[in-house]
Amino acid sequence: MSQAIAQNAKADDVMAGMREVAEDWSADQEVFRQTNWGKVMMWIFLLSDTFIFSCFLTAYMTMRISATLPWPNAAEVFALSFGGEPIPLILIAIMTFVLISSSGTMAMAVNFGYRRDRKKTAILMVLTALFGATFVGMQAFEWSKLIIEEGVRPWGNPMGAPQFGASFFMITGFHGFHVTCGVILLLIVARKVARGDYERSGDYSAVEIAGLYWHFVDLVWVFIFAFFYLW
Amino acid sequence: MSHDASSVNPVETAHDNEEHHPISLYLKVWGYLFILSALSYAVDYFEAQGILRWLLIIIFMMLKAGLIVTFFMHMAWERLSLAYAILVPPLILLVLVRIMIYESDYIFWTRAIFLGGEG
Repeated sequence: MSQAIAQNAKADDVMAGMREVAEDWSADQEVFRQTNWGKVMMWIFLLSDTFIFSCFLTAYMTMRISATLPWPNAAEVFALSFGGEPIPLILIAIMTFVLISSSGTMAMAVNFGYRRDRKKTAILMVLTALFGATFVGMQAFEWSKLIIEEGVRPWGNPMGAPQFGASFFMITGFHGFHVTCGVILLLIVARKVARGDYERSGDYSAVEIAGLYWHFVDLVWVFIFAFFYLW
Repeated sequence: MSHDASSVNPVETAHDNEEHHPISLYLKVWGYLFILSALSYAVDYFEAQGILRWLLIIIFMMLKAGLIVTFFMHMAWERLSLAYAILVPPLILLVLVRIMIYESDYIFWTRAIFLGGEG
């Protein structure tokens, strides 16, 4: 009996949600009028960015399937030894944790922004930017190691399929560029927060919009980590 | 057109829902993301192979992506029309992936059979 009621309530929720979607789209006005426009624009930009990165990853998949030479083993290529046995993928794992940590601090910065706690917001955003800069630094180290020590080039490498270099530099390069832009954006917004630019309007959505971009960069890394490094 | 003004309250929807999440929620999500990352690294470290490896990689990846989008990017608290507008279009990419799998198989066998493994 109670289960039936719960199920009914759930069906009502779904219906209410559907009705809301239908009303938004048939409003004869902007669909996303109830949502902050800057946030909607950022989401739409991120959607287009999703397609760009997906095209890169799909191209990588195509090259990897169609390569006749063996694909280099990422676990070995990206291994790093600290004086002893080389540990597979260790640098990439550290980079992953750094980026996830930066996402965590960013989420908290957004929260403090909406509580209008300027100091904590600015500090957390700068911390996020520092994590991001660390990530880019480690990526620079990874690139130079690959280019100088392993001899990987966009057109070939000593380990196997020549397409490896092209996919690697294209995908991680574009991602690293996104991280760099994100660090700059975060520092700009953090400065504005610290200066009190948003105090008069009380509108801290700029922090959330910068945060959306930053989380997206982390999101893309989740897919790159899975498909490029682990697969 | 019954456009009742009560359903449209931009001030309420713009900020109200973001303000009240406790920080502990973000710390919890952060913790889960750490655990999932460690698990996906373990997949490589313990050299899981074959279907098991692919399955684990995909599961951990989707869970991480889901957590980030739902909680960090606040999708759970957005209006449904925005969530659908953003989350549904990328599904078309599965078609692209499917097409390119056929294409790359074709290129692979062309190279293997007619180019002697070159090219």
